[in-house]
Amino acid sequence: MRPFVLVLLFAMFWPECMIFAASDHSEVQSQSSITDRRIDIPEWNDWKRVFLLEDYNTRIVVFGTTLLGMAAGMIGSFALLRKRALMGDALSHATLPGIAIAFIIATGLGLDGKALPVLLVGAAVSGLLGVATILLIRNMTRLKEDAALGIVLSVFFGAGIALLGIVQQMKTGHAAGLESFIYGKTASMVASDAWLIGCAGLSCMLISILLNKELTLLCFDEGFSVSRGFPVVLLDMTLMGLVVVVTIIGLQAVGLILMISLLVIPPLAARFWTEKIVNMTMVAIILGALSGMIGSAMSAIFPNLPSGAMIVLVATAMFLFSMIFGIPRGILIRKLRRYELNRKVNRQHLLRGLYEFLEARGRLKEKQSSESTFVPLSKLLQMRSWSPAKLKKIVKRAQQEQLVVTLQEDQIRLTKAGLLEATRIVREHRLWELYLITYADVAPSKVDQDADAIEHVLEPEVIAELESLLVQQSTEGVLQSPHTIEIHQEEIKARHSSRRRST
Amino acid sequence: MSGLEQWNWYLDGWIIVAGILCAISSALLGNFLVLRKMSMLGDAITHAILPGLAAAFMISDSRSSLPMFLGAVIAGILTALFTEWIRGFGKVDEGAAMGVVFTSLFALGLVMIVQAADHVDLDPGCVLYGAIELTPLDTILIAGWEIPRVVVVLSIVLLINLSFVIFFLKELKLSSFDPALATTTGFNATIIHYALMTLVAITAVASFETVGNILVVAMFIVPPAAAYMLTDRLGTMIVISAILGTVAAVTGHISAITIPHWFGYGSTSTAGMMAVAAGLLFLVAALFAPRHGIVVVFIRRLILTWKILAEDIIALMYRIEERNPQLKPDATYLREILFSHSVPTSLTLRYLTKHGQLSDANGNYELTETGRDHARQLVRSHRLWEHYLVEHAGMSAENIHKQAEKLEHFTDRQLREKLNEDTLATDQDPHGRPIPPEEKTN
Amino acid sequence: MNTKENPTSSQQIELSPEETPVSVYDLTVAYHRKPVIWDVSFEIPPGKLVGIVGPNGAGKSTLIKAIMGLIPKASGRVQIFGKPYQKNRHRVGYVPQRESVDWDFPVDALDVVTMGLYKEIGWCLPVRKKHRARAMEALERVGIADYAHRQISQLSGGQQQRTFLARALVQNADLYLMDEPFAAVDAATEKAIVQILQEMKQAGKTALVIHHDLQTVPEYFDYVILLNMRVIDHGLTEDVFTPENLQKTYGGRLTLLEEATETMRRREQSL
Repeated sequence: MRPFVLVLLFAMFWPECMIFAASDHSEVQSQSSITDRRIDIPEWNDWKRVFLLEDYNTRIVVFGTTLLGMAAGMIGSFALLRKRALMGDALSHATLPGIAIAFIIATGLGLDGKALPVLLVGAAVSGLLGVATILLIRNMTRLKEDAALGIVLSVFFGAGIALLGIVQQMKTGHAAGLESFIYGKTASMVASDAWLIGCAGLSCMLISILLNKELTLLCFDEGFSVSRGFPVVLLDMTLMGLVVVVTIIGLQAVGLILMISLLVIPPLAARFWTEKIVNMTMVAIILGALSGMIGSAMSAIFPNLPSGAMIVLVATAMFLFSMIFGIPRGILIRKLRRYELNRKVNRQHLLRGLYEFLEARGRLKEKQSSESTFVPLSKLLQMRSWSPAKLKKIVKRAQQEQLVVTLQEDQIRLTKAGLLEATRIVREHRLWELYLITYADVAPSKVDQDADAIEHVLEPEVIAELESLLVQQSTEGVLQSPHTIEIHQEEIKARHSSRRRST
Repeated sequence: MSGLEQWNWYLDGWIIVAGILCAISSALLGNFLVLRKMSMLGDAITHAILPGLAAAFMISDSRSSLPMFLGAVIAGILTALFTEWIRGFGKVDEGAAMGVVFTSLFALGLVMIVQAADHVDLDPGCVLYGAIELTPLDTILIAGWEIPRVVVVLSIVLLINLSFVIFFLKELKLSSFDPALATTTGFNATIIHYALMTLVAITAVASFETVGNILVVAMFIVPPAAAYMLTDRLGTMIVISAILGTVAAVTGHISAITIPHWFGYGSTSTAGMMAVAAGLLFLVAALFAPRHGIVVVFIRRLILTWKILAEDIIALMYRIEERNPQLKPDATYLREILFSHSVPTSLTLRYLTKHGQLSDANGNYELTETGRDHARQLVRSHRLWEHYLVEHAGMSAENIHKQAEKLEHFTDRQLREKLNEDTLATDQDPHGRPIPPEEKTN
Repeated sequence: MNTKENPTSSQQIELSPEETPVSVYDLTVAYHRKPVIWDVSFEIPPGKLVGIVGPNGAGKSTLIKAIMGLIPKASGRVQIFGKPYQKNRHRVGYVPQRESVDWDFPVDALDVVTMGLYKEIGWCLPVRKKHRARAMEALERVGIADYAHRQISQLSGGQQQRTFLARALVQNADLYLMDEPFAAVDAATEKAIVQILQEMKQAGKTALVIHHDLQTVPEYFDYVILLNMRVIDHGLTEDVFTPENLQKTYGGRLTLLEEATETMRRREQSL
């Protein structure tokens, strides 16, 4: 898996690097504050310029946010599986006071308060303080984790807002636009910022690739991990550390309120596409990258909309698509499967009904007789609780599958293939009846219904097991149904030997 | 020039009233959020109502309250619904499902607000921290008085919340602790749940203009959490949370206008300072609450350890007296046998002497009558326990001494009597030593 | 200096510490100052299938977890083959309760079994084909090789239990600690697990198994530990698994003891 991932990462990178390298000096769009509410509908030229990455500024932003999305997708997968989504949320809100204080201190020391590394260090410190406070509250008081999260989130954020109120009064503070860290403003990203995001993001991804199996085990079975001697506390702290790093590098592009969504939504969307964690992580990386790319491009076209919101909306759109259309776990495919199952059930009931009808009249003994006898539909209606319309539909489908042949719309007979299939179905049904009576102590009168319910969802392996249990018991290799009906012996032996597991 | 000098009762007074109303309305409901471990759901709802608010703005073209409330309630219920769906389909934990729903709704709301702001005079920053400072500017005429609209709305909400809590206190209490039992006693815990969520959404909308969407969570969660540290009774907790919320509101506003002036700046956001004030109140409560405070628990444990040491000393003295009446041990001797450290030992010895249980003759100690009484009870407990453990708990005579040693410190008279009955009133312990009788016989 | 006679419960076997799979001395575990297990001491001879029985809340799970260091102990000493657990953990295979994980996790049965080899593979190194092959062998041994690539929530309870068992087997350990492996499994799985236990015993391995079904104890286990906060007795099943001992274990004459520990706890809070 590992070399594959590295190649994938490289492939996603390369185009950006190429375009990025060929820099040109197109105009940089000027940004006013978030309160500038005009939304101009962009012209075709604008769309072209953004999406073909002709604009230098856009290139930088797209580069940065794509890498951010990839890192968030990968780390977010682990955070999701470790059930730490909300702690990431509290963490990102807790970064606000740190940002403000970092600015104040840096300006006080005469440095450039707006420099991204400075602010990010402040964010990291107060974020980590927030996490420490959460753990303290959770472990040392009677309050549970949810209350701890809520307290830290709102109090730290409030402190941040109050400090921002001071910053805005500072000489350089007003122009600093620190609130852009709250909602995200990609337009203020410069090349060095993008490189910072890129490097930090890549390092995080590298670490989590290296620690892939250790983190997976931690998320799946912490107790087993401890018993094997893995330093669980350290691994947990590493994971949280990765979350912290990804969170703070995302503050600029997505903002602290919505950063959690970039960590959570792509992995959750990816979950609908696969059953294996490795693939889930890869899909999450791709979806995260796409969210970053498309979201920031959209944000460049509509400069007055908060970029964080755009990125999140793109991610959400992909999530909704995945939830509905995802294979194998999307809603649509599940409904389809259920529909298929119902069809199978109905078809089997039809065949069994026909078989038993013929059986009861002794028509099975001769081959021609069984294949040529027509059964009126009205008789079948009596055996099951179908409406006439439904029965017609079922018959039609069975006819398409060449299991039955109709005559004059109200009589049907089995084909050769249909007879074979019906025999198989009846045998399985009776196996279950016998099993339920013998082992599960179910009264014979109830057996038909119970067997009915189970047999349609059985796997072949279970049926084979059942056979070996019961056929061993029967004296001549012929199953006696509690309702005393015979079944062809050859059929049983053929099926039995083809399905039996060795020992 | 301190901000307080600029205090204007008309402006600041109304601001504080709005803050108090907001704090109390939120705290009332927040108690149940905390007890039902749904604090983050409260956070989710306050984020998720944003699109509802924005839609209401865009449709009604104004800031009037009724469409806003409607929009918010719908958004709130949808949040809970969507969360359940995603949790069911995605088979993920509730926190993640909530995270998806409320952040995407918030993002949507943000985009809509920026759009709607075209029509209505609304600053998206208001979303973060409200605009409580603008409270006095928008007034309604009621009975000849100019009252800020926000205050009127919040008062109504407060009344609604208060009635809800008072009328449904029993049901809320029951369904918070035992939803299954609640449903079997005839009312639907789910209805209470959704009613609570709806009221949370309504309160969040009403507070939107005072403290903003995000900080209202502080008013929901923090004062009740602090109250939870201070008491074990629900009624008291509700009252304390309301009081703490009020204190937070008042001190929040006052600090917002005074503290920045100490550093040479003008006033800062009241909403932010309200949250900080609430947080500080919580900190104090968490550390020093009489029963559950962290510091208090720590000190209690320390005292317990010392109490056990004191009892160990006099019990030891009794046993020494029994075996070797001539010996008058000193501190070092005692320390060696008990494996205790010098500071606690000397402190406890001094305490025992002062309280008349030991008499001190130049560093050598002897039991007084009072001390001997106390010791007798301890030793009696110990030996009864040894007997019990051998007879009933099937332990072997070699192992029981340590157990009994632990147990003897916590055995009161009632328990001792039960023990005595159970061991058939023997008067010799398994080692053959006499068990001292309950009363001093001479 | 080994005397390997057939031991009865009143005789101590003279085995060297390195040969004794589990040696527990004076183990006490407390939770919030309330003792859960108390002064537990026993030694397990090698090559035995040991059942741990006791009522609910008796501390059986706690005992196993404390042996492995999963929960801290208040006092006592545990040795695995003569050394502390931390030094000999590679010789111990652990099968936890099924409820301890979320089965919706996106892994298949083969992945779970391979996890048993992660420590052996080493930090940061990838899982190779040979590791997966070993995991596959373990799955075959427990009889669910056909289900190797099925996501674990699609396995039946018995199949999930066998997956956990395979994860422990893949390590080739000498001592196995199992927490309620027979809880809520179908008859076929139960038979399969018993079969594997017998094979392990024949290979000279030792297994410590928490068990809840008293009926099957004499059939499955040749050595028994009766636990109810303290060890009531331990030894060969035929000697120790008696009605009187069962009465003492499950009987509930310990109400005074519980009352005293409750009092302890309440006293501390009210001081």
